[in-house]
Amino acid sequence: MTELTKRERMKLPPTEMPERDPEIRRTGFMEVNFGYDPDLAVIEAQRCLLCARPICIDGCPVGIRISDFIHHVALEEFTEAAEVIGIDNSLPAICGRVCAQEVQCEGACVLDKKGKPIHIGHLERFVADFVRENSPLEPPPNAPPTGKRVAVVGSGPAGLACASDLITMGHEVTVFEALHELGGVLVYGIPEFRLPKDIVRSEIDGLADRGVEFRTNTVIGSLDTLDDLLTEEGYDAVFIGVGAGLPKFLGVPGENLIGVYSANEFLTRINLMKAYSAKAQTPILDMRGKNVVVFGGGNTAMDAVRTAVRLGAGRASIAYRRTMDEMPARVEEVHHAQAEGVVFDMLVSPLELLGNDDSRLVGVRLQRMELGEPDDDGRRRPKPIEGDIFEQPADVVVIAIGNVPNPLLLRTTPDLDRTKWGTLVADTDTGRTSKKGVFGGGDIVTGGATVILAMGAGRRAAASIGEYLATGEW
Amino acid sequence: MNTILEVRALAPDVAYFRVEAPKIAKRRRAGQFVIVRVEAEGERIPLTIADSDPDGGWIALAVQAVGHTTTVMNRLREGDDLLDMVGPLGQPSEIELFGTVAVVGGGLGTAIAYPVAKALAGAGNDVVSIIGGRSRPYVIFEADMRACCDEVHPCTDDGSYGFHGLVTTKLEEVMARRTVDRVICAGPIPMMRAVAETTRPRGVPTIASLNPIMVDGTGMCGGCRVSVGGESRFACVDGPEFDAHQVDFELLSRRNKAYLDWEAEHKQVQP
Ligand SMILES: Cc1cc2nc3c(=O)[nH]c(=O)nc-3n(C[C@H](O)[C@H](O)[C@H](O)COP(=O)(O)OP(=O)(O)OC[C@H]3O[C@@H](n4cnc5c(N)ncnc54)[C@H](O)[C@@H]3O)c2cc1C
Ligand SMILES: Cc1cc2nc3c(=O)[nH]c(=O)nc-3n(C[C@H](O)[C@H](O)[C@H](O)COP(=O)(O)OP(=O)(O)OC[C@H]3O[C@@H](n4cnc5c(N)ncnc54)[C@H](O)[C@@H]3O)c2cc1C
Ligand code: FES
Repeated sequence: MTELTKRERMKLPPTEMPERDPEIRRTGFMEVNFGYDPDLAVIEAQRCLLCARPICIDGCPVGIRISDFIHHVALEEFTEAAEVIGIDNSLPAICGRVCAQEVQCEGACVLDKKGKPIHIGHLERFVADFVRENSPLEPPPNAPPTGKRVAVVGSGPAGLACASDLITMGHEVTVFEALHELGGVLVYGIPEFRLPKDIVRSEIDGLADRGVEFRTNTVIGSLDTLDDLLTEEGYDAVFIGVGAGLPKFLGVPGENLIGVYSANEFLTRINLMKAYSAKAQTPILDMRGKNVVVFGGGNTAMDAVRTAVRLGAGRASIAYRRTMDEMPARVEEVHHAQAEGVVFDMLVSPLELLGNDDSRLVGVRLQRMELGEPDDDGRRRPKPIEGDIFEQPADVVVIAIGNVPNPLLLRTTPDLDRTKWGTLVADTDTGRTSKKGVFGGGDIVTGGATVILAMGAGRRAAASIGEYLATGEW
Repeated sequence: MNTILEVRALAPDVAYFRVEAPKIAKRRRAGQFVIVRVEAEGERIPLTIADSDPDGGWIALAVQAVGHTTTVMNRLREGDDLLDMVGPLGQPSEIELFGTVAVVGGGLGTAIAYPVAKALAGAGNDVVSIIGGRSRPYVIFEADMRACCDEVHPCTDDGSYGFHGLVTTKLEEVMARRTVDRVICAGPIPMMRAVAETTRPRGVPTIASLNPIMVDGTGMCGGCRVSVGGESRFACVDGPEFDAHQVDFELLSRRNKAYLDWEAEHKQVQP
């Protein structure tokens, strides 16, 4: 590779992600982004200024050594790049696809001020995919067996990352999952067109190969309680990574009409149960030519509305009570949604869901909003415009306004401290809870957050579990 | 795993299964259910645990073929495995010494009511069971009921067996004759609603075991929500048993018909 000067690097245009044509992707669930090929990746990597103090790393919730790995990519050393990423991130193919890079690493990149940040996420994804498809990294050898046994409850990113580090330390690890598939939100929530399930599957297969035992169809709290795991079942420590899986509803009249789904139900029917496939036996309401309104402005709302497009909706819209600027979704998803024809109705809030005599949804009554003073987190608070109320036809409504922790496990373990929001109290650095030998991390602790935060929490807890098992100190 | 140890016909289109499930057999309590999947790409369907033997390591399920998945399940044979089975799910029934409890089962509902009747009897209650069916072959679990109940009243719509008439008529008769402290019902929605209306004027606490459409059964999707006393509740984690006098049966009945069009369009196995 020819060494470029800093000036030359700055002149290179950003390498756009090749993507499937919007008209084609409206018709199916194939992944939207194709990913870089090695040439594109090297070109993009060459734009990196290799800052002496790479502030992009400060933007990464787990501190991936970004400039190091990008330097390897520029030198076509993809395996080395993967090794560098692997130090801090055990799920790079997934995070490369779903992290909100624009507010994390890429938002911190010095080139962001010029509007041309390095596409760090695309590069991370490329490295992970390339290595997985061509010459998978040898996993670190497991340390000699310690004779200690750890139960991991929940197989989302927090649980998987925790299990991965624990098995490397030589502990025996069993992951318990309530559903019939492993992966948590990665399989039941995030759709195939954004995160192919094969990728999640290959991460899980890798863990199984390294000795992690997986038990699906096991609800901890009902089959075994947490205390049973620590006593009868003989586990020395437990990690709780059960996520925030209880859907919030709007609290307006009409929510039980036929045609009203929580995003969890809608996405689970499609992603986990494959209701879009002709062979699958789980039904979904017919959306062909219908009006679908999705309430919310986050990634879940984007996933739901784009899924509705793929099911043939005539008009699929986002109804959000603030404006595009305040929407928490990844910008890439918003752009993709726009290209796929999603309508964005901003500054509206639901007052009522309207039904017919058969209790089927026929419309929504909306309140027009405007932005007022900033609230505590700095976002301008929406407030109703007096008297500005209107109705709109709707055959299907999807409510995507967030999830709260599922109480199933915690309510059978009364000696675990919880916050008033129902989240589990656990130390940020160690994941230690109020109960000896019990650790927690991911959405159950933070409330609905992100994959990378869950992954990071799972790894920090694994380190702390290792210490606890070695010393017995709490 | 989940091996079928025994399968036999209980009634036309209703099969009785004993399934190997040592852990569930140990943990489950009356009123709880499992979720089963019987084929790849298959649906998750909730089925009540009709009985169990912790020592033998099995649970019993009674399945009525009403659509695709239940039809496929009822074709399974001894030695076959259920692809997935998770449980026990849902809140256990409230089992206390109430005094006299009338347990009303309609059709397949008798299999759902039986474990509750058995547990109530075990707690010292006098249990009167009223079990209905279209005609004689549809009255199920009679011998099991007889083994734990004080009185058992089979009822048929056509009079081919037992009392000729509705279970609610029989319930009226029982309540006129002896004090009933509590009523439990399981069966078709119109029947449960009729039971609720029968006991409401007398103010007898009445519990119905609801059967909304479910997906995960763990509280994650909210698809199973029912309206009880004007509030939305998730039947899979807050139920499936609720105060029958508070349940909006009309809404439940409509919600259960949400996918009739889909089912018609996708019919693959003829029931
Ligand atoms: C539709 C959707 C889109 C999203 N998009 C993004 C995105 O683009 N980028 C991003 O960073 N984040 C995104 N998120 C958020 C992200 O997915 C979560 O923050 C992350 O998955 C949390 O991981 P977790 O391991 O804590 O829990 P989860 O992924 O929720 O996994 C928890 C697992 O525990 C299981 N479980 C629960 N209770 C029990 C029990 N009692 N016994 C056994 N198992 C149990 C659950 O079934 C589940 O499989 C999205 C979320 C949703 C819903
Ligand atoms: C808590 C609970 C306990 C139950 N216990 C039993 C039992 O012990 N034995 C038994 O035979 N049946 C039981 N049922 C009902 C049983 O789950 C449904 O009959 C079954 O899911 C129908 O599936 P199908 O594919 O055969 O029929 P489908 O063709 O899918 O549906 C036929 C009808 O069954 C209902 N139904 C469909 N899918 C579901 C679903 N996932 N959950 C609930 N109802 C659905 C709908 O009203 C539908 O119109 C129970 C239901 C609940 C909620
Ligand atoms: S079945 Fe999904 S919440 Fe009850």
